[in-house]
Parts: sequence; structure tokens; C-alpha cells
Amino acid sequence: MRTNDLILRTTTALIAFILLGFSIYLFLAGHQSPGGGFIGGLMTSAAIVLMYMAYGLEPIAKIIPVNFKLMIPAGLLIAALTGVGSFVFGESFLSQTYGHFHLPLFGDIELATAMLFDLGVYLTVIGVTLTIMLTIAGDE
Amino acid sequence: MSNLAVLPIIIPLLAGIVAVFFAKKTMAVRIFAQVLTLLNLAVSIGIAFYVIQYGTVTLETGGWAAPYGIILVADPLAIFLVLTTNIIATASVFYAPNSLTHKQEQFYFYTFYFLLISGVSGAFLTGDLFNLFVFFEVLLMASYGLIVLGGEKIQLRESLKYVLLNLFSSMLFVTAIAFLYSVTGTVNMAQLAERIQEVEQTGILTTIGILLFFVFATKGAIFPLYFWMPKSYIVPNSVVSALFGALLTKVGIYSIVRTFTLIFIHNPEVTHELFLWLAALTMIFGVIGALSTNNVKLIIVYNIIPAVGFMLMGIGLFNHDGLAGSVYYLLQDIIIKACLFLMVGALIYVTGTSNLKKMKGLIHHFPLLGWMFFIGGLVLAGIPPFSGFIGKLLLLQGAIQEGRYVIVIIGLLTSLLILLSIMRIFTRGFWGERTELDTGNIQPKRVRGLIIPAFGLLSVCVVLGIGAEWFIPHIETITNQLLDPEIYIDSVLKE
Repeated sequence: MRTNDLILRTTTALIAFILLGFSIYLFLAGHQSPGGGFIGGLMTSAAIVLMYMAYGLEPIAKIIPVNFKLMIPAGLLIAALTGVGSFVFGESFLSQTYGHFHLPLFGDIELATAMLFDLGVYLTVIGVTLTIMLTIAGDE
Repeated sequence: MSNLAVLPIIIPLLAGIVAVFFAKKTMAVRIFAQVLTLLNLAVSIGIAFYVIQYGTVTLETGGWAAPYGIILVADPLAIFLVLTTNIIATASVFYAPNSLTHKQEQFYFYTFYFLLISGVSGAFLTGDLFNLFVFFEVLLMASYGLIVLGGEKIQLRESLKYVLLNLFSSMLFVTAIAFLYSVTGTVNMAQLAERIQEVEQTGILTTIGILLFFVFATKGAIFPLYFWMPKSYIVPNSVVSALFGALLTKVGIYSIVRTFTLIFIHNPEVTHELFLWLAALTMIFGVIGALSTNNVKLIIVYNIIPAVGFMLMGIGLFNHDGLAGSVYYLLQDIIIKACLFLMVGALIYVTGTSNLKKMKGLIHHFPLLGWMFFIGGLVLAGIPPFSGFIGKLLLLQGAIQEGRYVIVIIGLLTSLLILLSIMRIFTRGFWGERTELDTGNIQPKRVRGLIIPAFGLLSVCVVLGIGAEWFIPHIETITNQLLDPEIYIDSVLKE
């Protein structure tokens, strides 16, 4: 028997949005304040898991048509390649650099290549958590 | 800065990651894995020659100077072990398609395999104790994946024990590193060695040393911590057993060699005396296990344990000949164990059973495999022209120099019993009257694919023994560096 979960679904629509925003904030904040790829990725997957819990597997699979299993190697590849990238510039493995860029709207900001490594971590964490969750949940 | 030191870690890592994307295309992923493994082998040979010529290569990752960043150190010992690892990896990757089922191959076998190689190479090359822990976890995670590959009931049961025990010892490892960090304030091995030299060995440092030894002893299957190993190594596929049996225990032994020749060297009356006794017990119990069973794979697995005992004996003796013997034995034992596992895999494939009592007269059908097995047995037991002999000879010389006659006798007796245990497979399985094989399921092409990689490894072993003259100078270099930790410290800290 299926119960009526109107309240859960309505609040999820609101909260998942805030969670996703917060997770991206955490991901971007990692360099100067608490946060980073790992916790950002966990928070994003928490938001997605909340959506799965409220709406079930199929609707979400339609909305987010991403194979989470492939996100793991994609993230790992990004992280590993940022390390290998320093070979090209004759630096030691895993060296990083930064520069100041002038972007419209944001103004002058500092961008570091450590961010790319973090992006790899972020994608891997999302991939791993959601693969675990969905493999267990999807067992019928 | 020299990025050479990271190549043996990063090539298999990237290969493993890329292999995920087309894991279901068996043919493509096979060829990809074989090409990348050969590339990695070529790269490690190149680095080995570079290290022989120009000395230790150190890499400060991220450009951070020695005690602050993570250091990768390709000294002769580490690079020779990486090279040996890659030799057996090459044999395994060509063996795998013939040994695994399509389903196992598609279920990310090559990814796990590459991650295992990456973790093992990383553990050999790292110059940082916590990083060693991380690489241990990398290779253990990959081994968890490999041990359950196939998902049979017995595999699940044995992998549970394997995972629990390894988790426990990893936890102890972290605890030991935490203790060591709180005493010395560093986890960089070279700086640790330097600081411990300054304070001399106080009681607490000896305690931490013994704790670390027990961690590595669990990974390396030393008495009394070998009980988890035999059963969990026979359940996976032969090629996986070969990788495990050849590499995983040896990473534990390498860690003992590294920590107890570099860091904890100031209280040998306690530590090294303990090693000698444990080495003797390891040899005795391992070889008793090898004689106790009729399961061919289990015989080989039990033979890992006395070999580990021999290596530990050299560390316990802690003189020039003893350590040289340990290093030589370590290098040749990786290859011969992998070779024996691959041969036993072929044996099990052609007979369809691992019970020795059900085999007879196989030499009539597979003469090459039979004689290979015979030579493999001689290499393992240490019969003169072959490689096992030189390692054991050096070890026994070292023991006689120290006046340790008890362990000499135990060592010789163990060798005899090893020979007996392995020749039982030869005499019972290969000798005897010709019987008709049930050839229904055997594909000759697969059998050939199983025998050729093992043959390759066996010839490397024979070359190691007959051409010992070429290798001994390098073993000497390694031993001299092990006996003089200043060389390692200087190459890392550059003072």
C-alpha cells in the first residue's frame, strides 16, 4: 500500500535545492575555509538521495540521466591527470599553481589548479556514494 | 625533482581508471591491459638502469622539500622490487584471459589488477610512513575486489575473514603511526630515522617498533599471525592467487626490511632476536602445513610461509650476508611463487580438480608442464644451479658467521621438507601409469595460454640462478645501502 507523502515531496523540492546550493558552496569554499571536494560531494549525494527517497528510483533516473558508476573513473581520471599535468610543465608530480583572473560579475578572483583535483574528488565521492546507495536500493 | 619515481605508480593507476570505461568489451580491455603492462614493464626496466647508473632517484611531490612533503624514493631495493612486480604482472596479464571466465573479466578484473600493481609499486617506492599505510590500503582494497571476484559461497566466507583481519591490522598500523608521530613529530622515514638516532632507542620506541612489526607480520604471514592466509589464498582464481601469493606478503616483508634497517636499529638484542625465533617457528609451521594437505594449491600457499621465514631470518641476523640473502631470496621468491601458482592453475584446469589423490600420470599428456613443475620444485627448494640456492646459501653463511647453528639446522631441514612437499605433487600427479583424461572441457589453446606465461617466469628464475654473477653486484649495493641508513637519509633530506 502506498501512503500519501505529499508533505515529504513538497519539502524535498525546496530542501534539495538548498542542499545542492550549500554543497556547491562547500565545494568552492574549501581552499580558504572548511569544506572541499569530499564534504561537498557527500552533501550533493545527500541531496540526491533525499530526492530518491521522496520520489522513488525511476523519476529521478529520468531527471538525472547520469550513470553514477562512470562518475567514479571520470573523477579519478580528472584527479590523476591534474597530477600528471605537471609533467608537461617540467614540474614534479602533483605540483600546483594559481593565477588571478578577471571574470565578469565576480571581478578579480584567484583560481588554483588544486580546484581541478578537488573537482575529481567531488565527482568520485558522488559516484561512490550513489553507486553504493543505488546498488543496495535497486535490488529487487 | 625527478618524475621518474612516480611513473610505476601512475601508469597502472591511469590504466586501471581508463579500463573501467570499456570494461564490457572483453577483447579491447584485454589488449589494452597487455599493452599498458608491457609499457609499465619497459618503464621500470628503464628506471632500474637509471638508478643503477646514477644512484637513488627521489621525487618531492608537489615541489615540497623533503620532510614536509611526500617523498617517493626509488633506491635500488625499491626499484628492483618494482621491476620484479612488473615481471610477474606481465605474466599474469597474459595468463588471465585463459584462466578467468568472461564474466569475471568483464567485472572490472583489469581495473582491480592495475590498482593492485599501483598500490604495490607505491608501497615499495614511498618514503613516508603514512603514505605507506595509504598504499597498503590501495592494494588491500584492490585485493578485496579480486578475492570475491566470481562470488562463490566459499569465496564470500574466506574474504570475510580476510577483510576483517586486514582491517584490524590496518587499524593497528594507524595506531602505531600515531604513537610514532607523537614521540618523534614526523612520519617521513628519513627524518624519523634521523630523529630516532638522536634520541637513541628509548623503551617506548622499541615498543612502537615491535607494534609495527606485528602489523607487518600480519600482512606478511609470519608465525603466529599467518592463520588467515592459507584458506583465503586458495579460494580466488589462480591468476589472482598468483598475484596475492607473490606480492602481498612480500610487501609486508619489504616494510619490515625498510623499517628495521632504517628506523629501528638501535636495540637489536630485543627486536632482531625476536625476529630470529619467529623466523624459525614460521619456517617449521609453514612447512608442516605444506606437508599436511593433498590440495595442490594449498601446498603452494603453505610454501609461502617458510619462504617468509627465510627472509625474516636474514633481517634477524642483520649482517651483510644475511641481509644480502634476504634481498636475493625476496626477489627470486616473488617470481617463483607466481610461477608455481600459474602452473598449479594450469594443473587444476587440465584435471578439473585440486585433489592430488585424483591425479595420476599427467606427464604422458603434458610433458612440458611436468618438467616445468620439476624445475620449479628444484628452484623453490634451493638446488644448486637455480636461484633459490644462492639466497639460502647467503642466509646460511650469515647465520654461521653469527654462530646461530640452531637456525641453520632448522633452515636446512625446512628446505628438505619443502622439496618433499613440492615433489609429492610431481611424483603423485605426474608420474604413474598413463590414464585417459576427461578431455571434454579442455581447450588446447587455453592450456597453451596457461603454460607459456609460467614458462616465461620459470626462465627468468633460471636466469636469476645461472646468471647470479650479474645480479650479485646489485644485491651487494642494496645490502650496503641497507646497512648504512645514512645513504638513504642523505638522498632524501639532501644535507
